[in-house]
Amino acid sequence: MDFATLDKKAATLRIDALTAIHKANSGHTGSSMSCMDILVALYYGGVMRIDPKKPQMPDRDYFVLSKGHGAPALYAILADLGFFDKSELDHLRQASALLQGHPVIKIPGIEATTGSLGQGISMAVGIALAIKADREDRDVFALLGDGELQEGQVWEAAMAAAHYRLDNLVAIVDHNKLQIDGPCSGVMNVAPIADKFEAFGWKVIPLVSGHNIEELVLAITKAKNIARQPTVIVAPTVKGKGVPFAENKVSYHGVALSEAEMAEVVPLLQGVGDRV
Amino acid sequence: MEKIATRAAFGEAIAELGAKYRNIMVLDADLASSTKTLKFAQAFPGRHFNIGIAEQNMMSIAAGMAIKGKIPFACTFAIFATGRAWEQIRNGIAYPNLNVKVVGSHSGIMTGEDGATHQALEDIAVMRAIPNMKVFCPADAYETKAVIASMCEDFGPVYLRLGRSAVPVLYDEKYRFKPGKGDVLRDGTDITIFAVGSTVSRALSAAEILESQGVSARVCNMCSIKPIDEDLILESARKTKKLFSVEDHQIIGGLGSAISEVLAEAGSGIPLKRIGMHKFGESGKDEDLYRKYGLDAEGIVRVVSG
Repeated sequence: MDFATLDKKAATLRIDALTAIHKANSGHTGSSMSCMDILVALYYGGVMRIDPKKPQMPDRDYFVLSKGHGAPALYAILADLGFFDKSELDHLRQASALLQGHPVIKIPGIEATTGSLGQGISMAVGIALAIKADREDRDVFALLGDGELQEGQVWEAAMAAAHYRLDNLVAIVDHNKLQIDGPCSGVMNVAPIADKFEAFGWKVIPLVSGHNIEELVLAITKAKNIARQPTVIVAPTVKGKGVPFAENKVSYHGVALSEAEMAEVVPLLQGVGDRV
Repeated sequence: MEKIATRAAFGEAIAELGAKYRNIMVLDADLASSTKTLKFAQAFPGRHFNIGIAEQNMMSIAAGMAIKGKIPFACTFAIFATGRAWEQIRNGIAYPNLNVKVVGSHSGIMTGEDGATHQALEDIAVMRAIPNMKVFCPADAYETKAVIASMCEDFGPVYLRLGRSAVPVLYDEKYRFKPGKGDVLRDGTDITIFAVGSTVSRALSAAEILESQGVSARVCNMCSIKPIDEDLILESARKTKKLFSVEDHQIIGGLGSAISEVLAEAGSGIPLKRIGMHKFGESGKDEDLYRKYGLDAEGIVRVVSG
């Protein structure tokens, strides 16, 4: 696999997501940027069985965006893959438009209605349990935020996934270390994340960087082959990644970039492609 | 008169329907012996899941199963189903219109000795406010079975409200339930009593006492609280001119409120007196509590005669 091409793809999709948020003048910039490379690894890394032409394909794998506010990143990918027309991105968060502020099931390619934190991972557990009950060979992937781990329901889900030995479930934590009110460590410390999941009975795969798509694809491939227990990939990321002035800035959690900021960042992201 | 708890009828029905509907899944939150799902669990061990004491997780897991095409029945005490996990039901089940059936047993002060913390008295109010969500509260064992059969046929989220104690059998196996339809169990010309669940048989007893006092009472079973039978409400208003509702639930937001909305919007001008709870419950035997809070036949008669 040509991972340099995927880096370029992620940069292009960052522009699409930022543009959609900019046009809406509303949306989660920092979070969409921190999870983009993880989503690119999932959707372009050959690890997930999906077909944009057949969104309801009976043997497809499932993806649940438990951190639903990362929706613009996922929407950019689904549009790029052809689940829906790319022009829908221009109407993100607008009245009567398809693309809601947080993912809803009626959008082609979206499997679970999320946005209320903590619920998506439980839904992923439910899908994985139903797959097991039907004796099918399908995987369920869920992306969580690190702030989201403060929701008690996440740990209820973690307990259930281990109890039912859901080895068809792979969770990925977008560990960007920031939330709306400040650093996670200051608002409500979630560390140590890996130890907690391990104690709950999960296999933990810690990454060096959640922005290294090759490392992500290898980890996801490994996670799919873990038997008799669920796996969590803890992916250290940078909130606002790819937007230098927004990186690691709490203030860019839920705001759109201005016209001037877009003019500054778009050439930089286009340059990622050029360097390849 | 034969008496069977609606939760017991639910346990029988779901175990029977499990064979017909292979995609039914039953979820419990450590109360399977109380929600009476053990028979289903024994018959279909691969389709029964105890989620432990984690109602929020149970509702979202049910949502996930419905995403995969299952018909999950998520069962626990009504207070925990609709209170603890309200937002999981609202955002994760009703908003995406998933085919999840929320089953709340032990509703109302009928729950008895466990006391106010375990007596759901606001569950109808908080469930019926949610778009896409239907709310059914059967009056006896046969109606419970008929409602569950209907729930399996009709797609979409439902809140099924059940009770702990045995209640008199009012129907037989021929009874068919239709969402949005009330049932006139006894006709009368002076007043109408709209009742639901455990209060239906008590309303019928009240009607007999009233008859002996020269008052002719119509009694309507309003099992389908949402959608509600507007035609029956308005017809009763025209025909009897004096209306009462009785429910083991707060008078705010429940059956009485639902009927009031219909009467007010139609400009009927016919008054409705709501009989129900005005405060939290307490521990006690169910019959003692029904007597104390005026939900028994004598209590209903007192209000009607007052």
